Amino acid sequence: MLSVKDLAIGFRTRRGEVEAVRGISFELDKGETLGIVGESGSGKSVTSYALMRILDSGGSIRAGEATYSGIDLRRASESDMRSIRGREISMIFQNPRAALNPIRKVGHQIEDVLRQHARATMHNAREKAIEALKAVQIRDPEQRYDSYPFELSGGMCQRIVIAIALACDPRLLIADEPTTGLDITTQKTVMDLVTGLIRERGMSAILITHDLGLAAQYCDRIVVMKDGEIVEAGEPAKLFHSPEHAYTRKLVDATPRDGESIRSLLPAEARTPMPPHEIADDPLLKIINLKKTFAGKSGPVQAVKGISFDIRRGESVGLVGESGCGKSTTSEMLVRLQDVTGGAIMFDGEDIAAIPVRAFGKSPFRRDIQMVFQDATDSLNPRHTARASIAEPLKRLGGMSGAKLVTRTEELAELVGLPQHLLDRFPHQLSGGQKARVGIGRAIALEPRFLILDEPTAALDVSIQAIVLNLLVDLRARLGMSYLFVSHDLHVVRLLCDRVVVMRGGEIVEQGPAEQVMRSPSHPYTRELLAAAPQPPARRPAA
Amino acid sequence: MTAPQTVPVTPAATAPPRQMSSLDHLVYVLKENPVTLMAFVMFALIILSALFGPYLVPYDPLASNAAMALQPPSTSHWFGTDSLGRDVFSRVIVATRLDLIISVAAVALSFVAGSILGAIAGYWGGLLDAVLNRILDTIMAFPLFVLAMGIVAALGNTVENIIYATAIINVPFYARLVRAEVNIRRDAGFALAARLCGNSDARVLAFHIFPNALPPMMVQVSLNLGWAILNAAGLSFIGLGVRPPTPEWGIMVAEGANYIVSGEWWLALFPGLWLMLAVFTFNLLGDGLRDIVDPRKRT
Repeated sequence: MLSVKDLAIGFRTRRGEVEAVRGISFELDKGETLGIVGESGSGKSVTSYALMRILDSGGSIRAGEATYSGIDLRRASESDMRSIRGREISMIFQNPRAALNPIRKVGHQIEDVLRQHARATMHNAREKAIEALKAVQIRDPEQRYDSYPFELSGGMCQRIVIAIALACDPRLLIADEPTTGLDITTQKTVMDLVTGLIRERGMSAILITHDLGLAAQYCDRIVVMKDGEIVEAGEPAKLFHSPEHAYTRKLVDATPRDGESIRSLLPAEARTPMPPHEIADDPLLKIINLKKTFAGKSGPVQAVKGISFDIRRGESVGLVGESGCGKSTTSEMLVRLQDVTGGAIMFDGEDIAAIPVRAFGKSPFRRDIQMVFQDATDSLNPRHTARASIAEPLKRLGGMSGAKLVTRTEELAELVGLPQHLLDRFPHQLSGGQKARVGIGRAIALEPRFLILDEPTAALDVSIQAIVLNLLVDLRARLGMSYLFVSHDLHVVRLLCDRVVVMRGGEIVEQGPAEQVMRSPSHPYTRELLAAAPQPPARRPAA
Repeated sequence: MTAPQTVPVTPAATAPPRQMSSLDHLVYVLKENPVTLMAFVMFALIILSALFGPYLVPYDPLASNAAMALQPPSTSHWFGTDSLGRDVFSRVIVATRLDLIISVAAVALSFVAGSILGAIAGYWGGLLDAVLNRILDTIMAFPLFVLAMGIVAALGNTVENIIYATAIINVPFYARLVRAEVNIRRDAGFALAARLCGNSDARVLAFHIFPNALPPMMVQVSLNLGWAILNAAGLSFIGLGVRPPTPEWGIMVAEGANYIVSGEWWLALFPGLWLMLAVFTFNLLGDGLRDIVDPRKRT
């Protein structure tokens, strides 16, 4: 149905012509779901934009053919493309909030598409829009019709986007990272919904994702892209079992799964023995009945409802839960960016919750408790070089200056594996993995005793995630730090943590040794979380 | 302790792009946008005539010569002469310095005051923010030019007071802009990280958040330089501010306006044209300045 042949896409930039896609070919049959998997910069999104002919200015198809049911997508006129978009080929974008118009009711946005393609008239548009909402299993579609995007959760917004994409019964659906940024259980419901609808309506689909495990679960066939080229194509089971290309092997290795150690995420040749880390018996951190209440518009909101757990010296504890469960609030209180409403945080025997946040900068404990932020890009000052970012805590808290500061900064860069020549770059000149390294370097600069990791790998490609996780393991062994690893992904948490704390709705529902929680979860919510994670097919036994 | 197991460093996939120096970047910005280049050339000319104008002009701008009164433009008097026989070209060029001093000083004052007020309001918010905003609203509710007139009339007719008046009416624009820019970055990751590094709130604000507001501020600065010149000229035009016989574009237009009916058009046209060119230059400068101070544009 769709045939792409030797497609090449180029962009004009300040440094001359850049080839984003260099001659890729694939076919898509009717009713088939194809996964395009690759890491950032592999050209997978650009390919889909080219098929829809919505490339940025400066980008264009340089060579090759793209044919959809006999229509030449490269040469079709703009007015032909307009009628193809939405009716024949539809697209779901990565960020549902950005894809919806924030100031229009979602029902009206669905009507727009219907009327654009003459699928509805003024009189029955509302009816049809509500039907479309029903199709994506939105509860109370009549009421939701009048909702604005900001009133809906991320998962709901993505359903609306899907409703818009499917409103005109397209025959091909392109989903570009449809679940990135959504919780793991929401990801499952959204993906199940989309695949269900695709099967029901006999549509074809292209799923673009960086998550090989997700693609394996939902696609009939997968093509793996790297640097604008297809390196391998095949059935998911075959790709996992016997990947032929070195890059595919690297991706398969880096996808976390049951019963593997953190080192096995790395390519075989880079696996070194796990460094031992010692856990002392006495707690470094004792959290007792910690509470946080925010003043909301409609009364107080209890974000954290009295939680207690311990973190021993040298121990890594995973804090798991979905967005809104209070895990971020908890970590902000622990790192002293937010005052507590009640309870105590005993750090090394002293209640640090009693020290107000404003005064904590001068407390001797400031250098002992540090944090690696979720979004490496957001957590680096765009006007500071990597060097300045890493040196900041050394200057302010360590009182270093001059040659000593330079030496220590370079030492830290080496410790986190950041090449020296990158130290003088600004964040926008660094890759995601390099930015993560800068953030980690800054956090460990003063050798803190307790480090909070707030989803440090959430925004990273899997192969970079593998490297960063292993870096964290090495640093833990070297500096004897305790970690609190905040994440929504139990599989990643299991790799790094000795103990797991599962939170839901501001309360702890389960805690215990990581293996035990993973093997025999006692709370139904933990089981739900575990089931929601994509289960990649078996891999070839380790060579 | 065992030797540390360092994770292999992934080699940079592509050759690292050469670091751009500030000069390279400047050249790039100018080359990419011919309008910016033109604005910078005109800006350089304005600066030159402000610095060296008095030494370069052919006549003394204050020397009157009754025999040569109201001569039309000619080779000896490019812009003609006025009712007292003074050379209009010399006066227009010499006036550049005064007008530029007024506008730059006024914009600098409002930039500093507006940045401080806006940054405080945007960062701490709450009551302080509300009060500051209402005060700024009050200032903006006045017709700004009339407010400036009132300030100059009340404080006295001097160059300093023109500067203060122009600064005061411009403060709200800066304060608003900085407030918005600071507010969206107050809880940004890098601001939180700066706090974890032991920075006090004031340091976080001054050294981490505020510099990120500079690119949009540059656009505002260049637009405002133009407005400030217009404002100063306007005040002089209605008789407040600079007094004759000091050469100043506003007064010259005002004086020349009386002669347009009788056909001596050059008296008002040339100072007005210069005024227009100056304002035009500053307006065009904005985008270029923004691109130059934004490190993200240096890819």
